[in-house]
Formats: sequence, structure tokens, C-alpha cells
Amino acid sequence: MAVDRSDIVKLGELARLQISEETIDEVTRRLGDVLALVDQLQAADTDAVSPMAHPMDAVQRLRADEVTEPNQRDTFQAIAPATEDGLYLVPKVID
Amino acid sequence: MHNKTLAELSAGLQAKTWSSVELTQHFLDRIKRLDPNYNSFITLTEDVALAQAKAADARLAQGDTNPLCGVPIAHKDIFCTQGVKTTCGSKMLDNFISPYDATVVANFQAAGAVMLGKTNMDEFAMGSSNETSFYGPVKNPWDIGCVPGGSSGGSAAAVAARLAPGATATDTGGSIRQPAALCGLTGLKPTYGRVSRWGMIAFASSLDQAGPMTRTAEDAALMLNTMASYDPKDSTNIDRAVPDYTAQLNDSLAGLTLGVPKEYFGEGLHPGTQAAVEAAIKQYEAMGATIKSISLPHSHLAVPAYYVIAPAECSANLSRFDGVRYGYRCENPADLADLYKRSRGEAFGEEVQRRILVGTYCLSAGYYDAYYRKAQKVRRLIKQDFVDAFSEVDLIIGPTSPSPAFAFGAKGADPIAMYLEDIYTIATNLAGLPGMSLPCGLVDNKPVGLQIIGNYFDEARMLNAAHQFQQVTDFHQQAPQDIA
Amino acid sequence: MQWETVIGLEVHVQLATKSKIFSGASTAFGAAPNTQACAIDLAMPGTLPVVNEQAYRYATMFGLAIDAEIGKRSFFERKNYFYPDLPKGYQTTQLESPIVGAGHVDIALADGRTKRVRIHHAHLEEDAGKSLHEDYHGMSGIDLNRAGTPLIEIVSEPDMRTAEEAVAFAKKLHSIVTSLGICDGDMSQGSMRFDVNISVRPLGEEKLGTRTETKNLNSFRFMEDAIKLEVERQIDLIEDGGTVTQETRLYNGERKESRSMRSKEEANDYRYFPCPDLLPVDIDDDYIEAVRASLPELPDARHARFKDTYQLSDYDASQLSEDLHTALYFEATVAAAKDAKLSANWIMGELAARLNAAELTLNASPVSAQQLGGMIGRIKDGTISSKQAKEVFDAMWAGEGDADTIIEQRGLKQVSDTGALEAMADEIIAASPKQVENYKNADADKRPKMLGYFVGQIMKASKGQANPQAINDILLKKLNALL
Repeated sequence: MAVDRSDIVKLGELARLQISEETIDEVTRRLGDVLALVDQLQAADTDAVSPMAHPMDAVQRLRADEVTEPNQRDTFQAIAPATEDGLYLVPKVID
Repeated sequence: MHNKTLAELSAGLQAKTWSSVELTQHFLDRIKRLDPNYNSFITLTEDVALAQAKAADARLAQGDTNPLCGVPIAHKDIFCTQGVKTTCGSKMLDNFISPYDATVVANFQAAGAVMLGKTNMDEFAMGSSNETSFYGPVKNPWDIGCVPGGSSGGSAAAVAARLAPGATATDTGGSIRQPAALCGLTGLKPTYGRVSRWGMIAFASSLDQAGPMTRTAEDAALMLNTMASYDPKDSTNIDRAVPDYTAQLNDSLAGLTLGVPKEYFGEGLHPGTQAAVEAAIKQYEAMGATIKSISLPHSHLAVPAYYVIAPAECSANLSRFDGVRYGYRCENPADLADLYKRSRGEAFGEEVQRRILVGTYCLSAGYYDAYYRKAQKVRRLIKQDFVDAFSEVDLIIGPTSPSPAFAFGAKGADPIAMYLEDIYTIATNLAGLPGMSLPCGLVDNKPVGLQIIGNYFDEARMLNAAHQFQQVTDFHQQAPQDIA
Repeated sequence: MQWETVIGLEVHVQLATKSKIFSGASTAFGAAPNTQACAIDLAMPGTLPVVNEQAYRYATMFGLAIDAEIGKRSFFERKNYFYPDLPKGYQTTQLESPIVGAGHVDIALADGRTKRVRIHHAHLEEDAGKSLHEDYHGMSGIDLNRAGTPLIEIVSEPDMRTAEEAVAFAKKLHSIVTSLGICDGDMSQGSMRFDVNISVRPLGEEKLGTRTETKNLNSFRFMEDAIKLEVERQIDLIEDGGTVTQETRLYNGERKESRSMRSKEEANDYRYFPCPDLLPVDIDDDYIEAVRASLPELPDARHARFKDTYQLSDYDASQLSEDLHTALYFEATVAAAKDAKLSANWIMGELAARLNAAELTLNASPVSAQQLGGMIGRIKDGTISSKQAKEVFDAMWAGEGDADTIIEQRGLKQVSDTGALEAMADEIIAASPKQVENYKNADADKRPKMLGYFVGQIMKASKGQANPQAINDILLKKLNALL
């Protein structure tokens, strides 16, 4: 399926990626190439096939409900870009 | 000393022929002297290494017999290492000091192994040439005008240049096997779920698997013994006893049936590579194995299916890199949307952004069924091909990659050409099967890799087949020139 | 035109597990910011989730309580969107194969009828953190302690037609989850949060109108007010020739107004797909039956039992059985008081009024069930009068201890000692010859009224502590003997 600039703008919004005006045509073309490659899938007959999300037929292990994690806030926040009073700071969140 | 295999170095440590500190210092010196030529390390952990070596010597003095005790190795920079920069080859994590250790790293530490440093890689493991790394490309020790393969190119170049006797690596679509092939090494991607993914920065969760990069099959077996473990912290890790992978190395190959998929010898395969692989198949026949031609009819769909599934998973896996809790944050964000878009736009490289966009597209409303669900169905067909094949054969052999190492920039401009580098390796990731590459010849003085694909959890048999091959050939002993 | 309101609810219920759904961090409420956010909750690179069994058990309990099909194989999906309180950039939730399938809940209507509300499904998911809107130099602060707290999201069919029905449904769910013990039910701490989907259509019309979603209502009162306000807004809008826009609205309970949430309006595409870090969860019949066997008493069964065992009216039984804490309080009171009717009256009367006035929940009541029951026991055995009981209750409310201590300290015991009362009666009769004479000469049917004077005198003499019934009996005996 072909993609155009407006698709790329929308994808950039969804994926929160800044795509510059200079590169958008190149990005559009490359993405189109990749989609042309994956379009080969459409030729496969998969009517009777169920989707496979996972390579193994394993099932989920369940964990006992125990508190095992101590407070490590100082360690974790030592590598944070901006914190105050134990909070992570971000530009104003508006609901 | 650096020309010895990991097994030989281990034996010397046990025999007190050399100490871990001596070994470690030797490799550290080599890295400092030679790595400027290859750029295989992002971070050298000299202090950590020497402290660990000292501790290992104390353990050895007390009679510790763990074969990894005191052996220096390198970790791909995709594994989190507590207190040590862990970048995943990205500007995004250039300032990321991991607050915890990956299970793989902890396993080696518990065994007494020494960490020399963190190796270079394609950004977030997305690439087949190591050209997407924020830290610059890694050069192939066999020809520094050529790529080492990727994404574990740093681990491959480091081991090939004898800067470490072994290194950890990861493989999502061929990222252990293809660089192993291009650098003349033995590299093994285990069965999905054999090695814990805890602390291994995710690219595509249902495909990623860690494994060893070494010079010989025996060394790979030794490393896998430590890497493989049951880890309750990884839901996808399989609770299954870890065998001693060295136990079957010397078994005879008589009676072994090897399948050769005809689809792996088609258009695009370099004639030199084909000749070397065919010679290796003859060698196996001579060693008593039965060769059988097989078909994996959906092979041509592996690359298309992969380039839906891997980008889809990565598009979500990489959302956590948002400039809020760690990692790169853009300067003076105007608002929240700007913080996200510029932090991610400025810190992710071109290939990473491309895959995020592709994945976002394939999962978006109206395209999910046509792309993602379709790819998941094709994934089952590909797995079924292998299930059918393994009802007739014990192992599958063929080429690891279509051609030997290529020059920098040769495929960089065209992502599709790069994606086809993994045409023979990707299917095993989709199926979750173990695969390995071992050297089987040289073309224009550049190594060729032979791929062995095993059934689920059949790593010991693969290593046996590889080790036996290495008993009668010397490709694995050949070293690049100019590595001093 | 006559309008019909159509209401559906999405209810987020925080499960009362000790640790989070995918990590071993604590879920306790009220900790300092980010002290209960571990590497997994912070989405540190390379971290992986593992599912908490208790969360699955609790969700299964809920499913069984609403007579729903339990998903034998359920799995988790990722719902992708960026928000600072969502560290991974996706919420791990269930879409295609949730743990709880279709079920139903019965609610009692004001007119005494019962209405069945269908549940579409309920799924497990993780809660997000919190954005604190205090100003940090123009920035917002993010606390991720709540991130990863297990939730079930219960999605109803659009079966409710009035705000009252919606509230009755919400209260019933509250009753079920607290009775099951899978949620603490504390709405002030966000343990249960309601999103209400509302639309209106002309009465008789089958096609649904355009709906709006009002989010995060955290009290029954707010919910009722918000629904009424939104219904009014939609009807006004349509009657004025406008159309309802499908949107998310935020209700402000203090100001009793709602507004559109602009930031959520941008077209979203959540790109759900199966979480590759988690595997399908299989549960078998043995597991389900074991959970079923462990289910505690549910509200409907408790209601029936209260009517039966305690001989309560339908109304009293429902008032006392709906909320688990009230039910437990009631039963503990009865155990101490040995009188169900008196216990019911006190709990629904004086205690409820006092709690209400003080804006306290029953859990925070200064008077314990044992104290209240003890006091009622003293009414029952005649130690104190109902009037004295009010004083005792006040003292217990003020924290002066249990009823017996207060009765003792304040000397509140009513005098029932026949000898003492007879002596007092003799004294009064001797001192009131005129009143005795009047009594004797009065018509028989007027005499009981005239007894009041003598009773009053004895009460005065005993400083109010004489048992009125006992005085009555003694006076009648003595005065009638003079006839």
C-alpha cells in the first residue's frame, strides 16, 4: 500500500517522532519501499491459519502476590532528567 | 595468550599457568592499543574488570572449578550492567547508567567471569552492518573497509580481533549469526526462551534471544552453560533444566540426518559462499552424516513477515524512551508534545525511526489485519515448515548470509538490500528455533559462515555437529591478518 | 418531546493485592511519591512483566459473582498512547480475550421491582500513575506509585435509563467487590472510579443517540449529579436544534459543571496488539471451582439471610446488607446486644445520623459495634432507659469508653430495686394526702392519667434514675390498695 506525506505526518504524531520538513519526502519514499516489501505477504494463502503471537506454545506463569521491591527512588532518580520532591517533572499536563 | 581459545584460557587458569589479573590486563592492553582500529567497544570497564579478576583469582585459589571463573569476556551494550553505561548503541541512552544487572550479566558474574567492557552494536540492535550505531561503525578485522555485520558487530569484531576470547550477543533476525559469519566466528542463537531476556533491552520481544559469540563450538558450549538459566523474572523464559552443553561435543555424527533446504540456494547467494557451504556439506557426508534435500516452502515470506512483526513490537517497546524518567531529553521543550517529539526525533537514528514508523503503520486502524495479523499467520506457516522438516531430519544446514562482508555504505542507502542480509536467518527467529553459524571457508580472504538450525532445545546436538566439523577443519583457527 | 436516557458504565476497580499486577512493588496507598515505583513500574529498559496470581484470582472471583463465563485462555494486549503517567508508552490490558465474559447484576428499583443490568465483560489491566498539577515552575510532577496497580475494568451494557438506576448499579458493584474482599471500596482514594456513557433519544426510538463519556466520577453523589446535568445538557442542545458531539467530558463535583476534555479529542489510534512479553494465561475448571468454593457470601444472599435470621423487614435487610462494612458492623452489634431489631434501629438511626453529620464512614466510627451492642444490651436488661442511652451514646462517641464504664462513672443506672422504690412510693403517698384523695374519688378511667403526678415525684426524688416501668407497677399496686 502506498503512503503519502500526510500518512507520515499522522504516523509521526502517533509515534511522537519529530520528522523534519527536509527529510519527510525521503522518509515517505523509504517507508513506501518497506511496505512494498511486506506487501508480498498478501499473496500467501492464510485462510485456514490462526495467527501466532509467540513462537512457543507456552503459557503464562503466575507470580505469588508478594512485595519484593524495596524503595530505590534515589537510585532511579539519579539518572532522571528532571525531578523535584521525588516527582518526575514534565511540561505542564493539561487534561 | 590472546590466540588461545576460551577453553584453553580456562584450563590455564585452573592450572594456575596464568592468573585472571594477568589475562585481564593482557586483553585490556590489547583493547586499548588495537580497538581504535575497529571501534568494537563503546565502554571499557577497566576498573571493574581488574576488581573482578582479583576476586576471581581468590576464588581460583580456593579451588573454584567453574570454567568461566577468571575468564575475561565482553558484553554487548544491549545488556544492562549496574553502575555502568548501557547505551544500546543509541544517543537516547548515551547518559544511561543502568541501575541494575541483566540476568545474563549476573550469571557470568556469579560464575566468576570478568567483564572487559561493553561492545558496539547497531542502534537498538536494528541493522545488519553496525552502521546505525550512534558510536560509529565497527570495522571488520578481516578487512577494515568492510562491515562486521550486525547488530552484534562489536562483539564479533572484538572476538575476531582477539580483544576478548568470547562475547555475549543477541539475535532478533540474525544479529548473532550474520556477524559471526562475516567475522569468521562461531555464534549461537539458542531456542527462544532458553536464555533470560531480563535486562536485555528489547527490540522485538517475541524474537530477541541472547547467545554467545566465540571462536569455537566448544567455547560457545562453555558460555551457553552459564548464559542459559531459568529466570522467573522473564515470563517468556522456559522452565527447563539446563543440560551441560559440552557433554555431547565428542559424539559421533554417524546416523545424523542433515537437511539442506533448496530455498537457501537460490538467487542472490554469492557463488563463493555457495561453494564453501557445499564443500562443508560434503565434509559432513564424509563424517558419516546423511544429507537430505528438504523444502521450507514459505521461506520467501520470512523477510516480509519479519518486517511487520519486528517493527510492530519495536514501535511499542521503544515508546518508553520519552525523555521523562531517564535517557535523552531535548533542550527547553515548549510543551509535552514537543518534549516527546523532539526527544525521540533528536535521539533516535534514521533506521530506528523508520522501523518505529513501519510498526506504527502496520498496527494502526485499518491496517492491522492486512499487515500484523497476516504476518502472524504467515509466521505460523513458517514455523510449520520447520516442524515438518524436523520430522525427517535432525539438523538443517545451509548458508548463514548471502555473501561475505561488504564494504561500508554498500547497502546503507537501501534498507531493503540490508534487510535481505538476514534472508536465511530470520525464519528461525520467527519459529523460535536455535540457529548457529560457524566458519566454513574464505572468499577473497573474507570468512563464510555455515548455518546450522536445530530443533527446539537441541543446542547440544548443534554444538556437537559444529565441534566435530571443527575437529576436521581449521577455518575456525584462521585469524585476520594485522591483528598483531 | 419525551426523551429517554440511555446509560452505560465503565467501572475501574482497584484490586486489593499487596503487590502490583506485573511487579513486586507495593500497592499501599499514600506513600511518598515514587517510593513504590520499581524498575518495572518505571519501564526501565530491559525490564519485563510477570503476572500476579492474586489479581487473576480476584478477577475470577468477580466473574463468578456476576455469573459470567470465565476466560479459560485470556491474554494481555498493549494499548499504545503517550502520557507522562504511563511509563511504558502503552497500557497492558485485555481486549480480545478478557478474563471475565458476559454476566449480569440485579438491582432493586425504587418501586420495589428488580432490574437486571447486563455486564458486557470485565478485563484485567494496570492502573496509570498520577500527574500532580501543582505548579513546579510551570512543570507538572509525576508520581508513579499507582502505576501498575491491578484493576478490573467492568463494562456494562447500556441498560440503565435513569441516574438513580445507574447509582443503584454502581452501589451494587461496590457491594459485590467489597463483599468479595477484592477491593477496599474506598472511593475517596480512587479505589473505584466510574466513567459514564450517556445518550438520549426520543422515547420509543430504537436507534441510540450520540453518546458522551464523563470520566472519573469518584462518588455516588457526583455520579448522580453528573448524569442529571449531562442529560439536561444533551436534551437542551438537541431541543435548541444542535447535535451532541461524541466526546469525553470532565465533571467538576464542587462546581457542579462539566466541560469537554480537549486534550483527549485528538483522534487516537491505540494500536492494540498482543503483548509479546506475556504469554496466554490458561486456567482450568479445577482452578475455577476452587475459586468458586472460596467465594464469601454475596450481597443478595446476605440480604435474604438477614431477613430470615434476624426477622428484618425487606427495607432494613437491604439497608444493612448492601455494604459489607455495615453488614459486619450490624452482625457484630447483634452478637453483643442479643437484639436484632434494636441494633438495626440504632445503626440506621442515631449512628447513621451522627456519622452523616460528621461526614464519617462507618469504618471511621468512634463507636465500635461491640460498644454499641453493649449499650443496647443495657437497654434491653433495663439497666438504662432509652433516654439515658442517648447520653451513654454521646459519651461513647466522645471516646469515654464502653457503655458499662460510662454508666458506672456517671451513675446512670436506673433504680429498679423494688424495696427502695416502694419506700419512695410510701413516702410520696404519705406526703400527698390531697392527691391521694383526688385519685380515690376519680373515675376509674381517669386514674391512670392521675398516676403521672406520683411518678413525676418519684423521678424527682430519684434524680431521674428510677425505672419508670417499675414505679408505675408499684404505685398502681399501692394506690389501688387504698381504694
